[in-house]
Amino acid sequence: MDLNIIWFGLLGVLLAGYAILDGFDLGVGILHPFVRNDTQRRILMNSIGPLWDGNEVWLVTFGGALFATMPHAYATAFSGFYLPFMLLLCALIFRAVSMEFRSKVEKAWWRKMWDYSFFAASFTATLLFGVAVGNSIRGLPIGADKEFAGTLIDLLNPYSLLVGLLAVALFAMHGSIFLYLKTEGELQQRVKGWMWTTFGIFMTVYVLTTIVTLVTLPQVTRNFETMPVAWVAVILNVLAVANIPRAIHLGKPFYAFASSAATIAALVFLFGMALFPNLIVSTIDPAYSLTIYNSASSQKTLGIALTFAVVGMPVVLAYTAIVYWVFRGKVKLGKFSY
Amino acid sequence: MELDVTFLSRLQFALTVMFHYIFPPLSIGLGALLVFMEGTYLRTGDKQYEQITRFFTKLFAVNFALGVATGIVMEFQFGTNWATYSRFVGDVFGSALAAEGIFAFFLESGFLAVLVFGWDRVSPRMHFFSTIMVSLGSIFSAIWIVVANSWQQTPAGFHIVGEGVNARAEITDFWAMVFNPSSIDRLVHVILGSFILGAFFVMSICAYYILKKRHLAIAKKAFTIALVFGAVVSVAELVSGHFQARTVSETQPAKLAAFEGHFKSSEGVADMWLFGIPDEGEERVKYGIRIPGGLSFLVHNDFGKPVTALDSFPKEDRPPVVIPFYMYHLMVGLGLFFIALTLVGLYFRFVAKTIFEKRWLLRIFVFAVLGAYAANQAGWVAAEVGRQPWVVYGLLRTSEGVSKAVVGEQVLASIIMFSFIYALLFLVWVFVMNSKIQHGPEEASEAGVSELGFIETAAEASVPGTHSMTLERDSEITEAARELRSDEEEE
Repeated sequence: MDLNIIWFGLLGVLLAGYAILDGFDLGVGILHPFVRNDTQRRILMNSIGPLWDGNEVWLVTFGGALFATMPHAYATAFSGFYLPFMLLLCALIFRAVSMEFRSKVEKAWWRKMWDYSFFAASFTATLLFGVAVGNSIRGLPIGADKEFAGTLIDLLNPYSLLVGLLAVALFAMHGSIFLYLKTEGELQQRVKGWMWTTFGIFMTVYVLTTIVTLVTLPQVTRNFETMPVAWVAVILNVLAVANIPRAIHLGKPFYAFASSAATIAALVFLFGMALFPNLIVSTIDPAYSLTIYNSASSQKTLGIALTFAVVGMPVVLAYTAIVYWVFRGKVKLGKFSY
Repeated sequence: MELDVTFLSRLQFALTVMFHYIFPPLSIGLGALLVFMEGTYLRTGDKQYEQITRFFTKLFAVNFALGVATGIVMEFQFGTNWATYSRFVGDVFGSALAAEGIFAFFLESGFLAVLVFGWDRVSPRMHFFSTIMVSLGSIFSAIWIVVANSWQQTPAGFHIVGEGVNARAEITDFWAMVFNPSSIDRLVHVILGSFILGAFFVMSICAYYILKKRHLAIAKKAFTIALVFGAVVSVAELVSGHFQARTVSETQPAKLAAFEGHFKSSEGVADMWLFGIPDEGEERVKYGIRIPGGLSFLVHNDFGKPVTALDSFPKEDRPPVVIPFYMYHLMVGLGLFFIALTLVGLYFRFVAKTIFEKRWLLRIFVFAVLGAYAANQAGWVAAEVGRQPWVVYGLLRTSEGVSKAVVGEQVLASIIMFSFIYALLFLVWVFVMNSKIQHGPEEASEAGVSELGFIETAAEASVPGTHSMTLERDSEITEAARELRSDEEEE
């Protein structure tokens, strides 16, 4: 196993960490319009209030790590996805400021405005993440110069939009289970209904996406021939998905949350299996694809970055755990709340 | 007409980075002051310092959130608009950015949650620890980003691999890259500049309260802390600036020549312009006042030695002069003003002891914070425009760094988008900050707060000498206090 493969794995870990953590707070944003009154809206926002910021750092670190270890993939993807990424940035900015500003003023129109922007931003960001993943699985028109040679319309194809929808359904479900853990009383009963609805939608889109992927993009499974052990991840994925309704039914929401986190991790793993050893597949000529070798930094830099990860990540996990522990339990609105 | 991608991308970068840089220096400066304020509270047990800390924490949180939101744009933008640059520097520059993420951002954002939302959830000591961690995180963040930027100014510890479009810089010596010739000087200068902003920000709000006769006791205490801190860092910044100018004279002589409007080496001895109007066409400074030999003295400690002038460089390698000249002079002028103002402030605070009656002086302090914002921006504009036409000094031209897959119309669209969003954000930010400042700190007279204070004080007194009081016990106590308080509120 060389440094390039290790970094492919670590980038996957960062991406999975981001999807699991920011996944639930994006999900809360998507569910935000479906509650009854202002107090409930505030409870939803405050359930993620102390956490979303740290969750988004996973994305920032993923971006930084991609830049450092696979600069060509970073440059090609970010300049190729120019307008979608600008839209994504716009969404992330609006999400942050909606939460920060919404409850600062007690006027109905003010709060309504930020409520809309919070929902729209959460939904758009999630959809765009899914679209980016969908396009990566399909491949992009990459030329011999490693540059994206397509247009915006190429990126908005039906398959990628389907994956975008899958992301929305997945995060909404993940967010609803998180909310079930953080709420109580009448609101929690409402959230319980959401869990079933979002699970139903997720299952439908999940099955559909799986079928479409296997039928139209058979190359995604080629790595399973050389690495049969990867089937374990598929089985775990199915088990995790199946465990979500079971745990909800048995009244064990924490297990349901762990299962939906495992589902996300497994999907990220399968995404990696579909790509490896490519980072961006060229649809013009496979020889133009950006792989973990032809787009990587020098071995020395990969080693330095690995040192950062080995030293830094345990510390990061430790204080992430501390923060989640400090803010455990049900959401209560106090004078420090949003 | 074809739109110029390089120009538009530069414009967008200038817009987004200058807007972003409204927030980080305040996070760094105010973060450090929060450590002092909360530390004073823990040391003295004076509740007013706790109220000060709580109040400024709220402002800190709003500022921080905007810093994060606008900061993500910066990280993405290297890839979206400067893809060729990213390919060239990824091996070097990317490492610094990744380090910033792992070592700084997680630290800041994790403990920020405790700092802002954790007052009632953790012990005072744990809270203080979180404040320190947030402050450290913001400084670590400055370290890595200034290291990355300094490498663009004075590249070191690398070699170039490949040729033409495939050429890129690869690290050969990580520590030489980190401690490149300008890193330390620039880092000290940036952090001190942020501290100055933090101090003037606190002084501005407190001076406003004192003028309005609101929160007098609290405002006077916070003002004093910030004044002392501000005076120290303002003087230190002058020293730091001097050393930095010397470094620039060695590593980027063209930049220093642009700062100082030093066009012609035939003049021999280099003068220092106190002010003036540089004319790039005629290659001279008009209508100015100069100190003969001043620049020579600054660089060489000798009024007679010559300094490298702009005409020593081929035309295509010269930076523009007008913007760096004005921005540099603005920054230096403001820096001297901060020293004068804080020294006057110290005199009236500690010698004459009449500062809080000197309304004219307090009024200056209310508005001086705008100068601190301007000085921070001006310094960076001078540094970045002075580096032109290079994006990596001497290695890669800015025009060669842009994305090839992006066309002018796309960049124009995103500039329009960012302009709208940022204008909106700016208005909302001003509005929210203002409403928080108008609302002011929670005063001690509220029943609940004093009750909490009593129980905490009693608890501390009951375990004398046990500094290692556990987190658990502390949170139990605060838990009990909180219940008691909420009971009271219900009644």
